[in-house]
Amino acid sequence: MEKRVTFGKWTIGILFAVPQLILIFTFFYWPAGQAVYWSLTLQQPWGGGNIWVGLDNFRSILANADYWNSITASLVFAGVSTGLAMVIALVLATLTDRQLAGSRLYRVVLIWPYGIAAPALAMAFRFILAPEAGFMAAVNKFWPGFWDPGLNGADAMASVIIAFSWKYVGYNFIFFLAALQAIPRSLIEAAAMDGSGVVRRFRDIQFPLITPTIFFLLVINITESFQDSFGIVDIMTAGGPANATNLMVYKIYSDGFKGLDYSGAAAQSIILMLLIIALTIVQFRFIERRVHYR
Amino acid sequence: MASITIRDVRKSYAKMQVVHGVNLDIASGEFVVILGPSGCGKSTLLRMIAGLEEISDGTIAIDGTVVNKLEPRERGCAMVFQNYALYPHMSVAQNIGYSLKVAGVPAAERTQRIQAVARILELEHLLDRKPMALSGGQRQRVAMGRAMIREPKVFLFDEPLSNLDAKLRVQMRSEIRKLHRRLNATSVFVTHDQVEAMTLADRLVVMNGGRVEQVGTPAQVYGRPASRFVATFVGAPAMNMLEATVTLDGVSLLGDSRKLNVSRAGLPVGSKVAVGIRPEAVRMVAPGTPGALDATVDLVEELGAGRVVYVDLDGAPFSVVTSETVHPEPGSAVGLQFAESDLHFFSSETGGRLDVFKASVPEPAL
Amino acid sequence: MVERTPILNFFTHLILFAGFVFCVAPFVIVAIAASHNLKDVNDVPMSLLPGSDFFVNIKTAWTTADLGPKLFNSFVMAAGVAAGKVFISALTAFSIVYFRYPGRMLIFWLIFVTLMLPLEVRIVPTYAVVANVLSPYQAIMDVTGISWLIEKVSGVQVSLSLGLLNSYTGLIMPLIATATGTFLYRQFFLTVPDELTEAARMDGAGALRFFIDILLPLSRNNMAALGTIMFLWAWNQYLWPLLITTDQSHATAVTELKQLIPNVGGAPEWHIAMAGTLIVMLPPLVVVVLMQRWFVRGLIATEK
Repeated sequence: MEKRVTFGKWTIGILFAVPQLILIFTFFYWPAGQAVYWSLTLQQPWGGGNIWVGLDNFRSILANADYWNSITASLVFAGVSTGLAMVIALVLATLTDRQLAGSRLYRVVLIWPYGIAAPALAMAFRFILAPEAGFMAAVNKFWPGFWDPGLNGADAMASVIIAFSWKYVGYNFIFFLAALQAIPRSLIEAAAMDGSGVVRRFRDIQFPLITPTIFFLLVINITESFQDSFGIVDIMTAGGPANATNLMVYKIYSDGFKGLDYSGAAAQSIILMLLIIALTIVQFRFIERRVHYR
Repeated sequence: MASITIRDVRKSYAKMQVVHGVNLDIASGEFVVILGPSGCGKSTLLRMIAGLEEISDGTIAIDGTVVNKLEPRERGCAMVFQNYALYPHMSVAQNIGYSLKVAGVPAAERTQRIQAVARILELEHLLDRKPMALSGGQRQRVAMGRAMIREPKVFLFDEPLSNLDAKLRVQMRSEIRKLHRRLNATSVFVTHDQVEAMTLADRLVVMNGGRVEQVGTPAQVYGRPASRFVATFVGAPAMNMLEATVTLDGVSLLGDSRKLNVSRAGLPVGSKVAVGIRPEAVRMVAPGTPGALDATVDLVEELGAGRVVYVDLDGAPFSVVTSETVHPEPGSAVGLQFAESDLHFFSSETGGRLDVFKASVPEPAL
Repeated sequence: MVERTPILNFFTHLILFAGFVFCVAPFVIVAIAASHNLKDVNDVPMSLLPGSDFFVNIKTAWTTADLGPKLFNSFVMAAGVAAGKVFISALTAFSIVYFRYPGRMLIFWLIFVTLMLPLEVRIVPTYAVVANVLSPYQAIMDVTGISWLIEKVSGVQVSLSLGLLNSYTGLIMPLIATATGTFLYRQFFLTVPDELTEAARMDGAGALRFFIDILLPLSRNNMAALGTIMFLWAWNQYLWPLLITTDQSHATAVTELKQLIPNVGGAPEWHIAMAGTLIVMLPPLVVVVLMQRWFVRGLIATEK
């Protein structure tokens, strides 16, 4: 889409864009380019600049079992938490959309978790899910050794998934509700006149009409699970136990800043970038389709 | 007060030319209405005068100064837009006074001038309201006030009445006319509504397909349309058109069933012309009346003050405006009579008016 | 619509209420835990009746993690990011919507691409840039030979250096360098009627005047929405402040939470940790509650 009416003096026009351009050059394009450079070179320990190593960094990362473990953990985390957050949100949004008494309250409250910082909610859940105090401790009392995220990798993964899903239910809820409310009431009423009940209407009309939103949220949730997980992991498990929750962003951070392996961290960044770019492209394809839908 | 001189003005976008060489002289203080169907280039022409569109070719001069390269603000024009284009976040007073504010007029003088304009337009009690809280007619007046306050040399109107309901439109029409009499500023008014055009204009410019078809007073345009397009566009219901063929001694209509004894005006025998007659100029008589054309009634539209009768004239559609007390029934036969002096002839090739016919027509009525 | 579905309605209420509990329970538990003393908070199961030590715990958490200055830092960062975003994105969107110049589409895409790569994935090199924000320009001058030229001509060796670690600027700037806001404005500007622009031009307003007098006031709703979202987003940042605030003086409240994780040995001081968590949670929660309308609007608009 383009404006018909514009201002003539385009030299002034460019000036308006300059602040943003300087910012994105300095803090986006240069670092991104830098990451590519580092991923293809190796810093010499005694100084004296970087030496070109081609794809060696990538090779050594991909040959590393720890890295594959991190990818697997990330995918498990992304898959389960996205599924949980989306299904719960869809159920809640659909029921809220029925607009029974109290639905206003739900609309207000269900969004709250999304406003909370990941580390803060991670702290809350670290307590709630702690094995020795809080609530899972009660379960452990009856069933000793049932739950210990400090020792059991699966429990730790479950903990971070619960914390992340809690936050993103609210986010997905907003989008689902907006999509459901965008469906013309007359359509629902027409279906009711045709004799279809509540459940049937959801299956035949509402669900097909919100599929674009479902795809959109799917991509956003997965992308966010790569990024927003850092705070949760760092507070709840610090990647442990035994790397069970060492998600990709967390590994980049610990390799780069704790292990001081810039080249390795840069190569990991590049792989993660490619992954996210691929996801974004998929998303744009769906968004395009969504526009056609209307 | 200023004259506008438009010379050979053209406008083309990437591929398409939308205005094809317009020439027009607008005298100081004149109220000119540009009339045409949508897409005829009338708004583009107006916006070129305003400075909102680049002029691709030709020149526009205001008071003798070529303004092609001047910014809108330097041209001394004010404009009233179709949807009023009031700034939604500003009050009525701020809307009216915005141009003065931009020009750096001191606040005290500004307030005084806003008051003066508001008094003329009867907006004084609305000055603190936002446009959202105004009715259509009030918004229209604010838009006028915004144009007036600058005391511009030229007023430009881009279909300003088309968003109003019918009653308000008639009322605003006369208000604009009165305002013009009072301010006497050169005004250019664009519309596709021919009634609006006829009632407002000192002079009418009819445009079609990016060209000027005719320039003249409303009476001239109605009485002597310069082309087939003008003839059918101005006047409601539209002028009836019958295809005719030039014969040795005149023209023949309706599949040769009727002959008109007029001069050929040098046209070759067998060439095609169009014969026009306004529905208001036709009289209905009993079928079979000598000299009348026989037709069958299709449909009668009651207008209260009169009625429009649509008839079938040997397969050709034809309409008659009648205020008589005759009540023709659909399906019944009627006779149609008209004076030869009311006929208009147009070339079938160019659509241009062929006046030569009429000049040499001898007396007898049909 | 008249529809009698009592059983379905019952389950609707039941499930929605469960969802409500699911959302609110963590807040409540944090608040209750923050009111217990060391012994009660470690009781299994913990009592759901509030204890009496709420204010004591809040005070302890406040001093232990030095939350006063940290909250102030968080506030400066969040407000700075929100204001910077609201302002700079508006400028850029104005440029790409209201002007036609060569390279406009290139600029559009350069900005668009930044949507794809969040700060988290390019964290290492961004850190390096912020350590010396002029290093990109130094590198460019070295490569193009300008440094060499200057050194030859003036005898001065060019060495640009401006470190932004442990500074508000360093905290804020990289967080502004994305496209979210720009596209929000762009979408909105495209819906502003052309006639308004033309009217402003007829009234004698130039580009800057139109931008300030007409476009920005019309964008108020969008600015509020974008500001709310960006404030929350910046407040909740964790990884970035953690990296660049090596010195305690610029740490934010969210990064300070880590100080409150109870030690493994001995009885864990969960009551203090939860009091701190509550303090850190509260500002964004207040913003969400008060600005709900803008928050929802901003969320939906920024993702389109």
